[in-house]
Amino acid sequence: MTFNQKITSLHLDVLKEIGNIGAAHAATALSNLLGKKIDMRVPKVEMVSFNDMMELAGGSENVVVGIYLRIEGDAEGSMFFILPIEQANRFIRRLIYDETFDFKKRPVSELGLSAMQEMGNILSGSYLSALSDFTNLKIYPTVPGLSVDMFGAIISIGLIELSHVSDNVIVINTSIFEEGVEDHETVRGHFFLLPDPDSFDAIFKALGVS
Amino acid sequence: MILSSSSGQVIKVGIAQMDVVKLPNTIRTSGLGSCVGVILYDESKKIAGLIHVMLPDSSLGRSESINVAKFADTGIAAMIDLLKLEGVQKFKLKAKIAGGAQMFQFTSDKDSMRIGPRNVEAVKNELKRHGIPLVAEDTGGNSGRTIEFNPATSLLHIRTVNQGVSEI
Repeated sequence: MTFNQKITSLHLDVLKEIGNIGAAHAATALSNLLGKKIDMRVPKVEMVSFNDMMELAGGSENVVVGIYLRIEGDAEGSMFFILPIEQANRFIRRLIYDETFDFKKRPVSELGLSAMQEMGNILSGSYLSALSDFTNLKIYPTVPGLSVDMFGAIISIGLIELSHVSDNVIVINTSIFEEGVEDHETVRGHFFLLPDPDSFDAIFKALGVS
Repeated sequence: MILSSSSGQVIKVGIAQMDVVKLPNTIRTSGLGSCVGVILYDESKKIAGLIHVMLPDSSLGRSESINVAKFADTGIAAMIDLLKLEGVQKFKLKAKIAGGAQMFQFTSDKDSMRIGPRNVEAVKNELKRHGIPLVAEDTGGNSGRTIEFNPATSLLHIRTVNQGVSEI
């Protein structure tokens, strides 16, 4: 059996639940951090081609703020938190009390960057600890890296592991947005969890759907 | 608005894909991170091919059917064949390459972290093996790149978010 054939709708539901629990915890953490209500969308779990993956956050050339980390341990994979520039600016301005902060200004202020880095630590940490609690899998995230660049250039690092076995990717996609701000692609932050092909078995086994 | 003389279309190439361009069109791929964009071109015939290489070596592939454009070795070989079909002679080919960045700086024992430099190295080895001269490159660093090649001028236009635009 190949990686692509093994996945059934029951499996997709399980992955959706992972996205749900992870993003709910991250949304709560972000809400606490900012003192603002953060809403989330129902998670989507999709199998998409690499090129369709680029369209999930505005196209490969769209400039975004990206947090990336690797997950190692019982289950392995890549995790991204992607924010549109405008939304990242709003969050960081609120966090560091500096209305002039802008990721588009060069050089980007060190304080803003380190606040973004810290926000990435907190959000990915809460997502992954929820995932670990839910599955009982021991997983160890690497220290997240931060990049402000084209979405395609950022996300492709997460496709490398998968690209050895497939031209498609199973992506657990959850988006969050500020309550009161119109729910629109330009303000939505995305969590993308991309389990490595060899880790699906471990995840499904842990949740009793092997 | 008056259109410039290059009223051609832009042929877009996605990740792990490849295509061929002729006058008056240009060819483009966007959001190169650790991937490498390889241009093989014939200056006199004004024909070029672009490969968006993702991995260094097809022996790394573990799937049953392989997408040749994904790997440096199979991608370059397949592009040479495609260009031959267009009447291009291999010895006339030259190459320009861009990409192979390291988008995130952190230590991990995973080989995938060093994939950018490995891709660049593999592409260069393949070019050498086929005897194709590498005329220009913009590789490494930690910025994403969007590249566009114009067969009329043989120039490769490179755009980055942090370092502006350049032409090689």
